[in-house]
Amino acid sequence: MTNNNTARQNHFPNEQTIHRFQLVNGITVLSYSNMASKSLTIFGMLGSGSAWDKPGKTGTANFTASMLMRGSKTNSFQEINTKLESVGAGLSFGTGTMNTWFQGHSLVKDFPMLLTLIYGCLKEPLFQEEYIERLRKQLLTSLLIRDQDTQARASLEFNKILYKDYPYGIPVDGYPDTISQITREDLLQHHSTYQPSNAIITISGALTQQEIESMIKDHFEQWTSKAINDKPHFPEYIPLSAETRVHVPIKGKSQSDIQMGTFGPSRTSPDYYAVFLGNHVLGQFGLYGRIGKSVRIKAGLAYYALSSLNALPEIGSWEFNAGVNPSNIEKAITLIKEEISRYLDEPLQEEELEDSKSHLIGRLPMSLESNVGIANVLLSIERFDLGLNYIQNYENWISSITSEQILNTSRRYLDPQKMVIISAGEKTQ
Amino acid sequence: MQNDFSSFQLPNGLKVLLKEIHTTPIISQWIWYRVGSRNEQDGIRGISHWVEHLQFKGTKKYPGEKMDQVISRVGGMWNAMTYLDWTTYYETLPSREIDLVLDLEADRMQHSVYDEDEINAERTVVISELEGNQNEPLFHLNSAVQAKSITRHPYHYDVIGTLEDLQRITRDQLFTYYQNHYAPNNAILSIAGDFNTKELIEKIEQSFSTIPSQKQNVENIPEEPSQQEEKYVEIKGPGDALYIQIAYRAPRADNRQFFILSVLDSLLAGPSPLVMFGGGSISNRTSRLYQALVEKDITVSVNGDIQATIDPFLHTFILTLSPDADPQKALRAFDEEINRIQQENIPPQEIERAIQQAEAMFAYGSENITNQAFWMGYSSIFADYSWYEQYLQRLRVISAADVQAFAREHFNTKNRTVGIYFPTEEEVQNDK
Repeated sequence: MTNNNTARQNHFPNEQTIHRFQLVNGITVLSYSNMASKSLTIFGMLGSGSAWDKPGKTGTANFTASMLMRGSKTNSFQEINTKLESVGAGLSFGTGTMNTWFQGHSLVKDFPMLLTLIYGCLKEPLFQEEYIERLRKQLLTSLLIRDQDTQARASLEFNKILYKDYPYGIPVDGYPDTISQITREDLLQHHSTYQPSNAIITISGALTQQEIESMIKDHFEQWTSKAINDKPHFPEYIPLSAETRVHVPIKGKSQSDIQMGTFGPSRTSPDYYAVFLGNHVLGQFGLYGRIGKSVRIKAGLAYYALSSLNALPEIGSWEFNAGVNPSNIEKAITLIKEEISRYLDEPLQEEELEDSKSHLIGRLPMSLESNVGIANVLLSIERFDLGLNYIQNYENWISSITSEQILNTSRRYLDPQKMVIISAGEKTQ
Repeated sequence: MQNDFSSFQLPNGLKVLLKEIHTTPIISQWIWYRVGSRNEQDGIRGISHWVEHLQFKGTKKYPGEKMDQVISRVGGMWNAMTYLDWTTYYETLPSREIDLVLDLEADRMQHSVYDEDEINAERTVVISELEGNQNEPLFHLNSAVQAKSITRHPYHYDVIGTLEDLQRITRDQLFTYYQNHYAPNNAILSIAGDFNTKELIEKIEQSFSTIPSQKQNVENIPEEPSQQEEKYVEIKGPGDALYIQIAYRAPRADNRQFFILSVLDSLLAGPSPLVMFGGGSISNRTSRLYQALVEKDITVSVNGDIQATIDPFLHTFILTLSPDADPQKALRAFDEEINRIQQENIPPQEIERAIQQAEAMFAYGSENITNQAFWMGYSSIFADYSWYEQYLQRLRVISAADVQAFAREHFNTKNRTVGIYFPTEEEVQNDK
């Protein structure tokens, strides 16, 4: 298997085939030439997100990013969208807690046009009042829809309680009362936090590395940094000391959602791979690992029941989710807790550990067959400092982890008696 | 990219479609059965989908957990889907594992166990899936519009079935349904990826050729009469947004008019995605309805949808409105656009744009081997693979006059059903 894998891995992006360069303004670019495709995909990330939202103005970063394609100095809303849609290209902007991102794709011939539009939208948006009000209405409606979504409501409450004053505890898309308060001035102010010095761009597609570098320099090197974009204050996180149980009532719902969990390792933590692999056995492998087997397959309580890691740059969460009939909420919570206890009581069995390792290594080619997949991996490589041979090293990292490491590391994070447990849906007795 | 397509049929009736693609060392195998909610009757609504779930519960050779284990441990991605006309199972995994998935699919075509206890546990899982769907206002609206519009044909029902039938379907009904429909002469096997066709044909013959064909009953699927008058349905339920769904009767997928409708839908509401796994989506902000509804602050979004089906189905539009908006105003604005496309000349550039969008989507979709295998089998359900291969050519010959003529005939109020979902805080009971 090792020899086959080595040969296979030579096809994957590596330090020989990934071109990493930096523009004079600080933008870091990673590119990969994929001549097997007919298109290109570009991802970008700026170091400014909802953590920069001012008190009472939650949702400003998301509002700002959503306005970027609604008119720039060089192209109106109509012109931007006509240029994209008439050739089947796509572009979108969005926001996370710590970043603002963009994602675009086009056929090769249209890539220069796409780059011109991205730069114009990022650098010179107009923030016209007409579009601000139209977007405000759309955002408010989407928040009304969110308000009725059991999964979204459980997640909101979970983040609020787990992260407390940490920026991850506040929803990126804000609240109706804060969205109503955001002014054009707020958007302009947030937009001023966009700086090239902390930006990352990744590209995969059917151009040579030289062509990509030349095009990126032509379009993005003119963007000059104004000031260092100060990071917002991050308080020390406080580990959970007891269980917190909350039910979010939503009328008229046939199914309730459960979200429970605690803190997990950050993506750059040395604990990450051990917990990542352990979680795969616990709530991912096959049809959702041990938790899926207990809650869905044996008890038949849920269509989905799984666990996942949300590993962020500074911190992370370890989450357990299930969608169940309102009368089965407590049963499902008990079963999940039992599986967590079993997971923490004794090392994983050798066979299930090997199965998960084999799965995680074997699925690599699937994530790298399209430009979207490759550009996404390149972004993670730069964002989390994984190294240009990340894909080549991945197998060794996963293979070397032992069940004892997983057990010892997991015990530092998980405790079934100290979790935030949220259910959302119809109120039950 | 090297693409090499071939097709053949085994003596037992299994249709096989193969496409060599050597860009990455993976393969994607899909097996399609010509059975879906279209083949169901009263008392067993939802049985096709439930059988799909039970096909993961194992055979003697591959007991349930082992089945999952052998695919997942090699890094495989696998799942299944049930729709109106079909049920399909797929595995995408490293190409060296092809023997495994050929053997597994051949085995579960004939040897699934259907254990009573497993069936009862899965009954509640399927009901849980239904309950998850019922959390969504759009599920209720779509369900009501579909039922109102189509009265005789089985497309009247949701694929997931009815709660009443899901509660009472028996093990014997499930097993008999499986035995009747899971046979090589009712299946299509499509495989794309990194393999040698000659070698793979031998492997397929080894795995599938001994499975006997089965007589397929000719099902008397009632034909849906043409709609004679506009229909209207109102739904009330929990929520804070107002939704309108407008459904016109649409042609079957193998009809030339389906391609004209694809262009028309693209003009009105933007292009529908042609791929299921990755590939680029295209926004619809320059489409006529977005311009008339969203840009005029009448709705907050608009989307169109057409489905490729064996029998005539529905062409739908979904309008999302803020709760205080006037749905009649939105409907009037919608009708004005329909009237405009029927009465005013359509600029050829709009037709050209729709075709360019489809070309781009084909390019994005071709990057993904799973998509390639999907399309071979999918198009063979309602037509054949040439439907997909010639899709762009068939779009390129469509003229503005074709589109307008179709709009005049197709978009008349007698041919449509309008549904409105009104959000309310009160407890309500809606009748379909």
